[in-house]
Amino acid sequence: MKPNLLFLSFILFSISAAIFLIRRNLFIMLMALELGLNAAGLAAAHFALKNSKGEPLAWILFFFAVAAAEAAIGLALLMNISKKFKTLNADEIKELKG
Amino acid sequence: MNQQFYPLLPIIIPPLAGFAFLFIFSHNLKGKIYAAYGACAAVFLSFVFSLPAFYKIASAPEISLKQDVFPWFNILGSQINFSLTMDSLSAVMVLIVSGVSFLIHIYSLGYMGHDKEFVRFFSYLNLFVFFMLILVLASNPIVMFVGWEGVGLCSYLLIGFWYENLDNSRAGKKAFITNRVGDAFFIIGLILLISALSSFEGFSLDFSWLKENLVSSLSQIPGGTYILALSAIFMFLGATGKSAQFPLYIWLPDAMAGPTPVSALIHAATMVTAGVYMVSRMFFLYQAAPISLEIIIYTASLTSVLAAIIACLQNDIKKILAYSTISQLGYMFLGIGAGVYQGAFFHLATHAFFKALLFLAAGSVIHSLGGVQDIFKMGGLKDKIKYTFLLTAAGWLAISGIPPLSGFYSKDFIIETVWLSGHKTIWFLSVLTAGLTAYYMTRMFKIVFISKPKSENHPHESPYSMLWPMAILAVLSVFSGLFAKDFFAFLGLHETHFEIPFAAAKAPLLSALIGIAAGFYFTKENISAYFEALLPSVKKIVSNKFYLDEIYDFLIVRPLAFASDKFVFSIIDRTIIDKTAVEGSAAFFYKLGYYFRNIQNGNLSFYALILVLTAAFTLLYAAGTVL
Repeated sequence: MKPNLLFLSFILFSISAAIFLIRRNLFIMLMALELGLNAAGLAAAHFALKNSKGEPLAWILFFFAVAAAEAAIGLALLMNISKKFKTLNADEIKELKG
Repeated sequence: MNQQFYPLLPIIIPPLAGFAFLFIFSHNLKGKIYAAYGACAAVFLSFVFSLPAFYKIASAPEISLKQDVFPWFNILGSQINFSLTMDSLSAVMVLIVSGVSFLIHIYSLGYMGHDKEFVRFFSYLNLFVFFMLILVLASNPIVMFVGWEGVGLCSYLLIGFWYENLDNSRAGKKAFITNRVGDAFFIIGLILLISALSSFEGFSLDFSWLKENLVSSLSQIPGGTYILALSAIFMFLGATGKSAQFPLYIWLPDAMAGPTPVSALIHAATMVTAGVYMVSRMFFLYQAAPISLEIIIYTASLTSVLAAIIACLQNDIKKILAYSTISQLGYMFLGIGAGVYQGAFFHLATHAFFKALLFLAAGSVIHSLGGVQDIFKMGGLKDKIKYTFLLTAAGWLAISGIPPLSGFYSKDFIIETVWLSGHKTIWFLSVLTAGLTAYYMTRMFKIVFISKPKSENHPHESPYSMLWPMAILAVLSVFSGLFAKDFFAFLGLHETHFEIPFAAAKAPLLSALIGIAAGFYFTKENISAYFEALLPSVKKIVSNKFYLDEIYDFLIVRPLAFASDKFVFSIIDRTIIDKTAVEGSAAFFYKLGYYFRNIQNGNLSFYALILVLTAAFTLLYAAGTVL
C-alpha cells in the first residue's frame, strides 16, 4: 500500500496558511511561506508515488532551489526592513497605502 | 438654338487673379495705390474680353456661346459640367456688371483713398465681380448657385467691412442669414426639378436643354405640372432673398452699413438684380406655370408700394436709396409677373445706371461732409458741390420717370405690360408707386441740395476719380432710354408698341409730375410739421417701417434665441454634454477611486487574507468544473 501523502500535504498547507494569516511577525510569516512551499512539494511527491513517474520528483528538486532563493531574498528584505523600521511587526509597517 | 464654342473663361479670370494677388499680398504691399490700379485693370480686362463676345452675339442673336471648363460631377446619371455660356440675356448682363463695376472701382479709388484697409477692400470687390460673372455666365443652375452663394459671401464681407463697429458686423450677419433663407428655397426648387427629371433618360441641366425639353418632359409624368409650379415658386422665393422682395427685403436697408461704393455696386446695381436675372433665365419655367407669375406679380406689387411708402419718411440718405432700390426691384418683378421679362430686364439695366449714379452721388455728398448721412443735417449744397448737384439731378429725374430720361422708358414699359396683363388694381398701385418714387426722390433732392443750410459745414467737392464715373453713369442714365427698341430687339422682343387707352398710357407720367410737385411743396417746413401733427400714428407706423423688423424679431428671432438658450444651450450643451458627459465621467471615476482605495490599506495580513480567499474560491470553482 502506498502512503497517502496528499492528506499530509493538505494539513501542512492549512497550518502554513493559518500561521501566515494569524501571526504579525514578518519573520514567522516568512517561515510559514516556506512551510507552504514544502506542502506543495509533498503533494508532488504523492503524485510521483501514485503514478510511478519520475517527473514530479524532478519538480521537487526545483522547489528546493526556488525555496532557497526565496529565503535568501526574503531574509535580505527582512534585514533591511528591520533596519529601517526598527520592528518586524507587519501591522506597524503600512507606508504603501492608498 | 445652336451653340458655338467661344473662350469665355478669360472674362471671369482677371478679377479672380486680382483677388488672389491682393488678398495674399495685402499686408506687404508698399504701393497701395498701384494695387488698387491693378484691381481696376482686372475688371476693365473682363469688360474688354466680353466685348468681342457681345458683338458676336449682336451680329447673330440666335446663337449662344459656350465653353465647358471642366467636367464636375454626376447627378442621377447626368453629367454636370462647370461650363459657361453667353447668350443675349447674359451678354447684356455681363456688360452691365463689368462696366458698372469698373466705374465703381474707379470711384472707390477716391472714396476709399483714406481707408487703412484699402487693399482688402479692393480684393473683396474683385472677388465679388468674379462671382457675379460666374452667376451671370453659368450654363446650368448649379454653376449659377456657386456664383449665387459667392456674391452673398462678398456682400457679407463688404457690409461688415468696417467691422470695428459692432452694428456693421451685425448688419452683415443679418444680410447673410436672411439670404441663406432664400438660398434654401433656391436649393429646394432645384432639387424638386432634378428629382422630377431624373426619371428621363439623358436629361441635362443645361439651360438650353431645360428650355427646350423641361416642360414637355414633365408633362409626361403624373403631377408634373404641380412639380413645375412648385419648383418655380420655390425658386422665386429664393430670388426674394437675393433681390430683396417682401418678406425677405429686411436685410437691404441694414446693408447700407457698408461703404457707399459697395451699396452702389452690390446693393443697387448688380447683386440684388441676381434674382431678377435668375427668374428671367428660367422664364420658360414660369411661363409654363401661370400661378407662379401671379404670385410674383402680387409679391412685387406689395413690395414696391410698401418700400416706396417707407422711403418717404426716412432720414438717412442711404436708407432712402435702399428702400427706393427695393421698390424698383419690385418694378422689375412686376414686369416679369406681367409676362414680359424683357421689360424687367430693361429696367434692370437703366436702374443699374441711375441707381448706381444716385448712390455714388450720395457717397460724394457724404464724403464732402465728412460722414454725415442724415439729410436734415445737410442742405444748401447746390452751390458748394456743383458737379455732384448736377449729376444727382440727372439721377433724380431719371428715377422719377421724366422723359426722355431712361427711367421713363423702362418704368413706363413695365406699367404698360401690367395694364395689358389685366391686373387693373396692380396697375393702379404701380402708377401710385411711380408717384411716390418721384415724391421721395424730390424730397431728398430738395432737402439735401436746395433747402437752407442747417448747420455749419464746409463741404468740398469730391476728386475727379469720383466725379468721372458719375458723369459716365449720368450720361448712360440720361440717354440709355433712347435705345429701348434696340435693346428689346436684341432680347428677342420685336413688338414694343402696345394699344392702350391714352389716359392709361399717360397716367405714370402724370403721377410722377404730381409726385415731384408734392415733393417740392410738402417739404416746406411748416407744412410737413402740420401733417406730422395731423397724422402722428401713421407717421409712427411708417417711420418704424411697418414694424416688420419687430414682427420678425417676435416671431422668429426671439423664439429661436429662447430655444437656443433654454434647450440647446441649457439642456444639451450645459446639462448633457458639460455636466453629464464631461464632468460626470470625471466625477464617476473620482468616486470610484475614493471607494476602491480603501482596499489598498497597507495591511499585509489583509492582503494575505484576500490572497488566500481568492485562491480558495478559485480552487472551489475549478473543482466544480472538473467534477
